[in-house]
Amino acid sequence: MLDTTPMTTLPLAPGVGFKSSHFTAISEDPGDVAWLEIHAENYMGDGGRPLAQLNALAERFPVSVHGVGLSIGGTKALDTDHLERLRRLCDRINPASFSEHLAWSTHDVGFLNDLLPLPYTEKTLTHVADHIDQVQDTLGRKMLLENPSTYLAFAENEMSEIDFLKAVVRRTGCGLLLDVNNVFVSATNQNTDAYDYINAFPLHAVGEIHLGGHDVQEDEHGAPLLIDSHGAAVADPVWALYAHTLKTGGLRPTLIEWDTDVPDWPILRNEARLAAEVLETAK
Amino acid sequence: MSATIKSLTVASAVAAALSGHATTATAQAQEKCFGVSLAGENDCAAGPGTTCAGSSTVDYQGNAWTLVPAGTCATMELPDGRMGETLASLEADGYAGLNRDLPEGTDASNLKSLDM
Amino acid sequence: MSAMDGFAEALLDPAQAVPKGLVDPEGRTAGKRFDVYRNNVVASLSRALAEGFPTIQSLVGTEFFNAMAGVYVRAHPPTDPRMMYFGAEMPVFLAAFGPVQHLTYLPDIARLELGLRESYHAGDAQGLTAEVLASLPQDSLEELRFPMVPSARLISSGHPIFSIWTRARDPQAPAPVPGGQDILIARPSFDPEPHLLGPGMMAFFTALSQAALLSEAIAIAAQTASEFDPGQALTLALSTEILEVPEVS
Repeated sequence: MLDTTPMTTLPLAPGVGFKSSHFTAISEDPGDVAWLEIHAENYMGDGGRPLAQLNALAERFPVSVHGVGLSIGGTKALDTDHLERLRRLCDRINPASFSEHLAWSTHDVGFLNDLLPLPYTEKTLTHVADHIDQVQDTLGRKMLLENPSTYLAFAENEMSEIDFLKAVVRRTGCGLLLDVNNVFVSATNQNTDAYDYINAFPLHAVGEIHLGGHDVQEDEHGAPLLIDSHGAAVADPVWALYAHTLKTGGLRPTLIEWDTDVPDWPILRNEARLAAEVLETAK
Repeated sequence: MSATIKSLTVASAVAAALSGHATTATAQAQEKCFGVSLAGENDCAAGPGTTCAGSSTVDYQGNAWTLVPAGTCATMELPDGRMGETLASLEADGYAGLNRDLPEGTDASNLKSLDM
Repeated sequence: MSAMDGFAEALLDPAQAVPKGLVDPEGRTAGKRFDVYRNNVVASLSRALAEGFPTIQSLVGTEFFNAMAGVYVRAHPPTDPRMMYFGAEMPVFLAAFGPVQHLTYLPDIARLELGLRESYHAGDAQGLTAEVLASLPQDSLEELRFPMVPSARLISSGHPIFSIWTRARDPQAPAPVPGGQDILIARPSFDPEPHLLGPGMMAFFTALSQAALLSEAIAIAAQTASEFDPGQALTLALSTEILEVPEVS
């Protein structure tokens, strides 16, 4: 049977990651910003300002819920309490999209608060696919899985990241969140070609695109080492790669992420305007 | 306490409270946040753009510690080196250190109020 | 055997070697590349602590706080993915952490800062206002119960923590003087704020929160402190909206 449930109902327009300091400014002058994304974990308290702000925003904008703590890529069983909190949050605001990461963060030692990498093997593929099945069953909605920024590789890899993602989509029916900055960061760090990655990517399964800024460093051998800091404007080569992605795969809802050294609203709004221009050009 | 006195106490307390509530609305209008709204947000960014935190072998070993507190409490450490003194002796000194101004380098960036 | 197996332990312990099988594009063992993850974990968790305990940070200084956070993160890594609840063991940690043993008030300052954060995220409830109190049947007030709303917190300390907390953020505030202080944290709308409690008020609000009748709570507080002023206590409760609207049978 053909599954016709949409991956997302986000508009084909720019959105931004919501920061509480922008709440008033967004309401007054959203500019080209047509939707907002929230980090799910920040709205899992019992009440107060975060949930009040979310309620107000959800009345005005389509909202994408982006989880950062579920640890889908881990070998441990998913935290069912956390999954239940996600379900309540999604039921509360009926988001236009739900997404999580191809990464892990919870281990026996605790929750490590970072998106940690996994090897791409048959064994980890089974874990990831089982976890996504569990998430989609619990939430009663499709999810998007985001490609990671990576800083190293696992010698034990049995397949490429793209083959891994394709297999996940095939097994679970989930969609993908294509983070173009992550593609650029990982390709630079792994000394591969970002355009080859985009050209091989299952773009038909992409429900959303992320753009964000990165830091430029070097490893101890002098090789470039890019850090997915979300603390700067989107870099020029990432804009170019984004334009190529749209030309190849068509328009997608596109998010600007800016999480550290969060700028004043007009600067973030301007990043959204730049994304709107690229979207317009690619029509 | 007799029932009558009890009623009178409650009634007079309520009367006192009701007569003194005129400032409630103004107090509420003020935004005072103490930076709590930012406390403990999750995000999906990598840490600050360095690789040093977390990779030094001396930054967490208790027995390798040489640092001493150096914020506004620093002046609590009295000149004759009475470290680890008792609560009573600290109280006898009147929490003197807090009489001083914030030292340079004190990070007050988390203290600012934030709009909703 | 996967390189994932020793990954987490090596993240938190820089003395451990990078797990075998983690490589750069040339196939060389990852060094600085693994340190990126070490940094992300420790820096992000330390930043969460700094944001959650700004007064502690101000009291001990940024450099000391960051280093201490590195110790805390290893001793008490989060068990919950929600950073809003990270740091709950800070009072216990500070009470046992050698380099701050002489700062005996720090654990209670940490309790105050935790209380503010808990209050910020606590459930919403309409608190009792003067208008609502005036509308209740006045002759039965003493037989009503006024439990506290979820965002209210009571903190009792043998140290002048309200004065220390205030002074740490405002150098112009009055200097702390020795003696204990009790604090009420109230959040009438969205912003929690600490209030210094007068004599007997701690006993009064504690009794109310434990479902005592209003008349019982007044009696308990008066027994605790002869200077207890029930009118002042109720005034504070109404202005900060910390009491639930009672159920009138």
